[in-house]
Amino acid sequence: MAKTESTLKNMVLSLTLISLGASACLGFVYELTKGPIELSVLNKKLEAIKQVVPEFNNNPDAEMFRLATGEGDSLDIYPGKMDGVITGYAVNTYTNSGFSGYIGLMAGFMPDGSIINITVLSQKETPGLGTKMADAEFKDQFNGKNPSGFQLKVKKDGGPVDAITAATISSRAFCDAVQRAYNTLQKGGII
Amino acid sequence: MSQLQNFTKGFFKENPILVLVLGTCPTLATTSSALNGMGMGIATTFVLIGSNVVIALLANLIPDKVRIPAFVVVIASFVTIVDLLLQAYVPSLYEALGIFIPLIVVNCIILGRAEAYASKNGVWSSFIDGVGMGLGFTMALGILGAFREIAGSGSIFGYKFIQGDGILVFILAPGAFMALGYLIALINRLRRT
Repeated sequence: MAKTESTLKNMVLSLTLISLGASACLGFVYELTKGPIELSVLNKKLEAIKQVVPEFNNNPDAEMFRLATGEGDSLDIYPGKMDGVITGYAVNTYTNSGFSGYIGLMAGFMPDGSIINITVLSQKETPGLGTKMADAEFKDQFNGKNPSGFQLKVKKDGGPVDAITAATISSRAFCDAVQRAYNTLQKGGII
Repeated sequence: MSQLQNFTKGFFKENPILVLVLGTCPTLATTSSALNGMGMGIATTFVLIGSNVVIALLANLIPDKVRIPAFVVVIASFVTIVDLLLQAYVPSLYEALGIFIPLIVVNCIILGRAEAYASKNGVWSSFIDGVGMGLGFTMALGILGAFREIAGSGSIFGYKFIQGDGILVFILAPGAFMALGYLIALINRLRRT
């Protein structure tokens, strides 16, 4: 087959055809992966709630409610209940001050305001540095602490939090997100 | 050139990272651990094979003057497919690689092979070229990632063998340049003999 010549008609036609084929493929793959992606996001959320609010027998996802942060938006709160008694709150919190912007966390609080556990939902931090925020070594230092007495600040800023080596910005952002969750619960009059 | 040579050239003689020095941006950025490096390598290999085959098929249809935009559309589609598939079926790797998956689009290896090889050769040769180049890339990223992980975090494939931190600079950007530099020097020395 001879090489197509570079006339205007040929150029427009070939580019249109290629774009058409490419968008058809993409549409197909998008439809194919839409379900699994939603499922994996939902599973991750439920898994995260289980990790941060250990004992419950209700469906926190169904009882989810929103609380305003006071900064013009709101956070999703998932209450964990054992036979109707609140055992803790899982708060889907975030920060935009990460090294690469947005970081989403699920933070669990006791009804008295102390932190039960925290898991990382989504982050785009530097692989091998900021990504260590999801490791137990860093995040477990918050467990059992109550932000009313435990300042959510890294040591460089005069607080008690051990920052991740070479990822102070990510560590600060993590603290910021937890602080936002705590403040929101406090403002909502829950803790 | 036989197909075997065509396949093996990507590993040593024309290794995209160590000899051609193409695509150093994702190389330096994603090789902070062996697993991340190899994950990136495999994702790139998939895109490379797909784009090489499609471009070899379409080469005669695409007029010369618009070949680059046409190649970019094909490559970008494959990258988006990989992005969606990883997000759906391997979410942990998707999170680890973060922004570098969409950035495969601008990886010079892929456009370079499309322009230099796939547009001038048959489908089968282009497929072999894509597999060879992709695996060569994966190998280089794996070696670099393993070295940086051992030196920087004291672990390999996530298994720690020393307490505490390693030589942190190897995890950071300067360490990536140093490690890549030494690796290229070593390969050059080996090639000369």
